[in-house]
Amino acid sequence: MAHTETHDPNTPLEYRSEIGRLNILGFWIFLGAEIALFATLFATYMVLTHRIADGPALGELFEVKSLLIQTFLLLTSSFTCGLAVHEMRRQNVKGLITWMAITLGLGLGFLYFEIQEFLHFIHEGANIGTSAAWSGFFVLVGTHGAHVTFGIFWVTMVLIQVAKRGLTPATSAKVFITSLYWHFLDVVWIFIFTAVYLMGMVMHHG
Amino acid sequence: MANKTAVNEHHGFPWKHLIGFVLSIVLTLFALWVALGTDLSLTWILIIIFGFAFLQAALQLLMFMHVTENSTKSNLTSRVQIGNILFAAFVAIVIVIGSVWVMTAGHAKHDKHDEPKTENQENHGEHESH
Repeated sequence: MAHTETHDPNTPLEYRSEIGRLNILGFWIFLGAEIALFATLFATYMVLTHRIADGPALGELFEVKSLLIQTFLLLTSSFTCGLAVHEMRRQNVKGLITWMAITLGLGLGFLYFEIQEFLHFIHEGANIGTSAAWSGFFVLVGTHGAHVTFGIFWVTMVLIQVAKRGLTPATSAKVFITSLYWHFLDVVWIFIFTAVYLMGMVMHHG
Repeated sequence: MANKTAVNEHHGFPWKHLIGFVLSIVLTLFALWVALGTDLSLTWILIIIFGFAFLQAALQLLMFMHVTENSTKSNLTSRVQIGNILFAAFVAIVIVIGSVWVMTAGHAKHDKHDEPKTENQENHGEHESH
């Protein structure tokens, strides 16, 4: 059935098969559930943010430099991921793979600085069991970091498939879905940046 | 079929992405400045930085994620996508603000049997937020 459909030649490849369209729509529904998941972690964190027991205050250990490096790495990766999809829609496989590879590199850079930061916090006496506030912090930010890690593996595997099979309605829908996932992780980070880091530093210094 | 935005978009320079990127950097730095470089009250700082966060989330959805794009001739898919995300955002806001309100608004009316230690932490928390 799907093969007999007529298409506007301008329709992006990922929307040309029924399964591609349904998968993309389904992924948007999944993102709604992910928003609810992260909301519960944000709620727990924000309720417990002052419960520091005998450990350091959150804002005491947050550093602007490390925060900005992580934020810009992830923001830029979201941009390059958008460029990758832009190239995909121009049927440019090489451009797609190049920009996605840059995206993955930036994602790895983000993870590197995040892990460095976690190690720094642990070194300063704030680990996941130090206080309710730090438990909330590590679970929320760690869940985001785990999503980024998963995203790196997922995007890598989809790219291998694109390299092998080329751009088809099936592979392009997969690339588009991974791009939605990647941008979504940036959206979550914006709120971590604001609700965890900025608020933590304002409450500590202000 | 994709709507007109998608059709026009995949030719030429990706202006939409570039504008989205520049705006998100500007919003990030401005939020940082408002939070750490101004003498505004805590309430105003929170209103402004969270306003920027939601604005930046909207930018990602519109400029990068093509949330308004349709995969069928009708506008059904974009309506489902936008409706679902808005509903999820509503759920998120209720969960977060609701939880924070429930767990902090009753602080002054504590059970008298609470140990003094908890009270101290309470005061510490209050102090921190000013």
